[in-house]
Amino acid sequence: MKPANRIDRTTGTAPLLQCQGLHVALGGQPVLHGVDLDLASGWTAIVGPNGAGKSTLLRALAGLQPVSQGEVRLGGDPLRLMPAAQRARRLAWLAQGGQTSGELNVRETVQLGRIAQRGLLGALDADDARAVAHAMHETGCTAWASRPLHALSGGERQRVLLARVLATEAPLLLLDEPTTHLDAPHQVALARLFSRLARGTTAQGARRAVVTVLHDLPIALHADRVVVMQAGRVLAEGTPAEASLHRALEQVFDHAVQVRPGPQRAQVSLAIDED
Amino acid sequence: MTPFSTPVPANTPAAPDPQAQARNRLAWALLALVPLFALAGLATGTRGLSLEAFWADLQGEQAGLILGQIRAPRTLGAALVGALLGLGGALAQGLFRNPLADPYLLGSAAGAGLAVVLVLAGAALAGTTLSLATVAWLERVGLVLAAFAGALAGVALTLALAQGAVHTLRLLLAGVVVAVLLGALSDLVTVASPDALRGKQAFMLGSTSFLGWQAVALLAAGSALLTVLALRSARALDALTLGEDSAASLGVALPRMRLLLVVLLAGATALAVAHAGLVAFVGLVAPHLVRRHAPGAHAWLLGASAAMGAALLLAADVVSRAVIAPQELPVGVVTAVIGGVYLFVLLRRRGLG
Repeated sequence: MKPANRIDRTTGTAPLLQCQGLHVALGGQPVLHGVDLDLASGWTAIVGPNGAGKSTLLRALAGLQPVSQGEVRLGGDPLRLMPAAQRARRLAWLAQGGQTSGELNVRETVQLGRIAQRGLLGALDADDARAVAHAMHETGCTAWASRPLHALSGGERQRVLLARVLATEAPLLLLDEPTTHLDAPHQVALARLFSRLARGTTAQGARRAVVTVLHDLPIALHADRVVVMQAGRVLAEGTPAEASLHRALEQVFDHAVQVRPGPQRAQVSLAIDED
Repeated sequence: MTPFSTPVPANTPAAPDPQAQARNRLAWALLALVPLFALAGLATGTRGLSLEAFWADLQGEQAGLILGQIRAPRTLGAALVGALLGLGGALAQGLFRNPLADPYLLGSAAGAGLAVVLVLAGAALAGTTLSLATVAWLERVGLVLAAFAGALAGVALTLALAQGAVHTLRLLLAGVVVAVLLGALSDLVTVASPDALRGKQAFMLGSTSFLGWQAVALLAAGSALLTVLALRSARALDALTLGEDSAASLGVALPRMRLLLVVLLAGATALAVAHAGLVAFVGLVAPHLVRRHAPGAHAWLLGASAAMGAALLLAADVVSRAVIAPQELPVGVVTAVIGGVYLFVLLRRRGLG
């Protein structure tokens, strides 16, 4: 049976990205110990305590991290064998932290996303201008198009870097801590953007998958699917409404959080008062 | 539609972009300054920078020789060497994402220095049997070739030590190691052959005084080729400002691109160093000035840094010939003083914090 034909039980679609038995070591230290994961279209949140291997997994899924065992497949094709330019058209990756250097302004930064489609030498055309304008509109940075990146606040820069990712128009978005530096209104706006992106299609009509590594559990519980990681393994996965997922979350976070079913969504609280 | 969007009236005129305006201003300034400094270079002779003397020279019997064979190639050559250093500096700062990177990193300076010392020591050994003129000519051509080959060999050694251009930090460290080792070797040679020491000193100081038409032709062809190739890598350098992983995620084949950038950097530096020695600070200060006063994407930075380097070295060349005319200072001393003062002022203005 070809694994690509398996149907995801939460969203009912074929997986876009799969990994099987993924082992990754960093500096000789094993970080991922055999991760199996099928990612379908929709919004998936990866959560877990610090050092669980979330970012490493995301880098491996993006093809940026050499794996010592196992394989990542993108739409059935081995990611390892895929030319970098082809990979860039099919997936986009947002780095954690968002450190940048240089003096590019906001629009020039977002335009870098079009390298995925145009390469390093191709001239940008009206299609690229539309994608760039749309990405800037989605993240609300149109108004500062000509401001230099280093003159922005951390949260503003984070939105520009997210626009850079959206401008690639890749169907698979891998975002490492995209809500870092953002205030509450913008976190909410971003969460809405993710679910809207995950329900929509790209300009080319492909179904989108949004994968976010998140520390913020209340936001993560708005995703279509939650993957809980601990110590380099996937401990649990499921929809945010599943009680077993809630128990797994409480367990990996050492019962510092409590997850209870709410009227619409599961509610997360920090167990600060109980001692 | 999205909670992010703040409504912008549809008919708002596009806001003026202060950075684009700054770039425009600097482009015009450089377009005016480079020919102006070149003219000053033509007008500067044994009586210093004097229009009166220039007028007399133009009408003199030897106008063709003095202006056509000596001052014109020297001035043009200084502009081209400055442009190569400015381009190399902008490439190095983009590649290493560090505003303090200069084109002499990666062992090119040390490699060129060692090669020059070796040729000088060899010529000193053989020189006793040759006529003075032959030695001078042989030395001249030999030195240019040796410095060029030495600079490239220095970078090749750095690449070999770093096992290719896969890791930026390893590349930088290997450059430091090569600089120390080759520097020690050339010190050793000068200890054994004191004759080489004086020639080495002239080389280390940098000089524009030996540039002839042949050198200008070579420099012009080289800088044209390197500039075109560098501009084609500008978007990769822009992508690198996001970090190496983000650039790779955009489909930039990083190891190959880094190797291309190192080769361009080595080519620009070797060509400049071979013809004018180790002219100090131009490669550091030219891109710095551009990025400080008119920042922009790398397509602009590379081109403007080259023009800025040309303007700087032209100006320094005029100063070096005019200050104590009819004597002249090595141009590298002038650039070092100007560059040092510039960095000092920058440091004071920004504070040490």
